[in-house]
Amino acid sequence: MRLTRALDRPDDDAHLADLHAHLAQRAEQDQLLDVSYRTVASPVGELLLATTQVGLVRVAFAREDFDQVLSLLADRVGPRILAHVAPLDAAARELEEYFTGQRRRFDLPLDLRLTHGFRRRVVEQLPTIDYGSTASYAEMARRAGSERAVRAVGSACATNPLPVVLPCHRVLRTDGSLGGYLGGPEAKRTLLALEAA
Amino acid sequence: MTPFEQVVADHSVTVLRVCRALTGPDLADDAWSETFLSALTAYPCLPAEANVTAWLVTIAKRKCIDLLRRSSRQIPTHPLPERRSTDPEIGGWTYDLHEALGALTDRQRTAVVAHHLAGLPYSEVADLLGGTPAAARRAGADGIAKLRTIYKETP
Repeated sequence: MRLTRALDRPDDDAHLADLHAHLAQRAEQDQLLDVSYRTVASPVGELLLATTQVGLVRVAFAREDFDQVLSLLADRVGPRILAHVAPLDAAARELEEYFTGQRRRFDLPLDLRLTHGFRRRVVEQLPTIDYGSTASYAEMARRAGSERAVRAVGSACATNPLPVVLPCHRVLRTDGSLGGYLGGPEAKRTLLALEAA
Repeated sequence: MTPFEQVVADHSVTVLRVCRALTGPDLADDAWSETFLSALTAYPCLPAEANVTAWLVTIAKRKCIDLLRRSSRQIPTHPLPERRSTDPEIGGWTYDLHEALGALTDRQRTAVVAHHLAGLPYSEVADLLGGTPAAARRAGADGIAKLRTIYKETP
């Protein structure tokens, strides 16, 4: 339509990207956002990072489908979600350092609101497994204070909202075999190999 | 509920066109920002069955009116663009179109913008204008007819 065309400018794509960035910045300043998110490249594929005003709330693998992850965040945290890089600068930097072998521990504010009860106790215990070492599901059940809940440890790891940062990839079956992983077995192998190097 | 990012992605171009049509090029960016900031604030309370486009156009119209009022109280900081009939496009902008839009009544302009730019059906345009869908349709048709006589490039 000519009326529409007369109102458009050739550089509108770049212009709208600027307007979006400005909007996200103001929304953050006014504390209007439930969630800010961005993606980063990594050796285990593209990762989505999402933060609330409390801290990092979600790390997701591409195979989880980012659109679906964002929909779930809208339902469980709040719908006021914008792509916004700045609040995730520290998380992106620490992950970059981790993937290049320069960091063994994450030092980030976390928001664990997406996990509850026993599952939350399990994921909170994950950082007690040192970088480069592994623990069995049975061992993690013990550390979380419920020796017989081995299966529940499995589901806690499978629903860990902060993989990589809370290292569920360090949890293996008692016989040493890999077990499941949210990011797929290949990602789990890659992370273990990175830490063994 | 759909993440707000998706709402921005789906409507940012339309809202920018609406703001440009209602305020002209100089205030349109501010109007766009104010519209989405205001929409973001209210978004969690938006009913599931609401027409998001109509909701955004309503906010945009209000923000455009606010900005025009505020700017008319200030002394212009830069002169209005000169009209050059041989070169109607200045920096990609067709100033003639804005002059033509400025010649419409508020009702006509809102009807044209809401129906022809935002694609709202006249039943929704009527909610925006007040009055019946038939009256909204008439305002839209009158607006387009008037635009055609002033601004030759109109659809």
